[in-house]
Amino acid sequence: MKDITHTRPVPRAINWNRLQDDKDLEIWNRLTANFWLPEKVPLSNDIQSWSQLTEDEQTLTIRVFTGLTLLDTIQNTVGAPALMPDAQTPHEEAVLTNIAFMEAVHARSYSSVFSTLCQTAQVDEAFRWSVENEHLQAKSRLILDEYDATSDPLRKKIASVFLESFLFYSGFYLPMHWSSRARLTNTADLIRLIIRDEAIHGYYIGYKFQRAQERLTEGERAELKEFAFGLIFDLYDIEARYTEQLYDPLGLSEDVKAFLHYNANKALQNLGFEALFPEEACRVNPAIMAALSPGSDENHDFFSGSGSSYVIGKTVATEDDDWDF
Amino acid sequence: MGGLVYFSSGSGNTARFVERLGLPATRLPLRGDAVPPVMTDAFVLICPTYADGEGRGAVAKPVIRFLNVEANRSLLRGVIASGNRNFGETFAMAGQVIARKCNVPVLYRFELAGTDTDIARVRDGLQTFWGTRCLTPA
Repeated sequence: MKDITHTRPVPRAINWNRLQDDKDLEIWNRLTANFWLPEKVPLSNDIQSWSQLTEDEQTLTIRVFTGLTLLDTIQNTVGAPALMPDAQTPHEEAVLTNIAFMEAVHARSYSSVFSTLCQTAQVDEAFRWSVENEHLQAKSRLILDEYDATSDPLRKKIASVFLESFLFYSGFYLPMHWSSRARLTNTADLIRLIIRDEAIHGYYIGYKFQRAQERLTEGERAELKEFAFGLIFDLYDIEARYTEQLYDPLGLSEDVKAFLHYNANKALQNLGFEALFPEEACRVNPAIMAALSPGSDENHDFFSGSGSSYVIGKTVATEDDDWDF
Repeated sequence: MGGLVYFSSGSGNTARFVERLGLPATRLPLRGDAVPPVMTDAFVLICPTYADGEGRGAVAKPVIRFLNVEANRSLLRGVIASGNRNFGETFAMAGQVIARKCNVPVLYRFELAGTDTDIARVRDGLQTFWGTRCLTPA
């Protein structure tokens, strides 16, 4: 027999009935149950609303969406695939393929919005703008540097969580703002589906970060934390300038920044770290919060005392047979 | 003051919340097939949400298993639920599900590992809550 050196080992067939980490199946089930395509959302119902925006408002909206498209493209083609070689279980790799694909769906969705609502020339201009915009390019560069194959697996995860749970929000703010004014409400429905997915992505990658970190020494953990806080500072610096450039003409920059602070803290929590921004800097406009989770504040809770009475749950879907007292 | 029981998965958000709360609390087992503890005193449950887009699967299996024990259910006085507002209408839905099933109030809701304000409100809220009610089961 010929002596052939095989450089690539044959992977083992994946067995979903033998899990090393239950979280893999939990997240797989949630992601697949939440699967959607942009065709599900009747975007054409926004045509009239779109025509009522000023030209500047339209330009801003298209630019914000091309910025979001770029982040989704990076996560689809570079970010999620870059995490795969570091996966600790075969199921984690499978979940990452799902994350990668959904990022492609997100990126594709913005083009559905464009083809439904916008003029081709406007869209082409915005894609050119995204290539030339220094802030957009700078934040992408910072993340991509960490996705480099030689980078530390845990630094890749930190960068990935910051992209998923922080960088999108300067963009997500705008459709929530329009929605709070009863504009582009179908587009906002589509964005909320993306926001829901990104929350699971950030949570899962942050969870895997925490698990991997358990094997490190205290000194190594401290070093990573220092790196994480340094990176989010640098990203925030760029985001603040990007925000001002886009939102100053509408007088919304400070409002957007509160939303950025709030989301930066949540990104850090996904990694198991404490908040960076003080709470007074995170007071998001209630109209934006209501657009983010419509209906979620209808039931007042007991401790807040914000309502005349608290409600003991409305009818909700449960499927567990053993949930039968 | 009555007791505190919580579930926290490997992400550790709820565990960090409870740690900052600084009150004695019983952690439920991570896995659904583990034997749940049996409570002997009235308690409040802190529970994260795992719902999909349709609201299915909001309550973690170990919490269901714990509440399937009649003695535990009879001592449950209220639920504090956590989640992420990114999930829109299903934010902290585990609280609603448990409240409806067990006929107890949703006391509070917070996101992920909570903020300092959440910690202060829950600490004060629990004190008032236990101070104003009879601890012995009806």
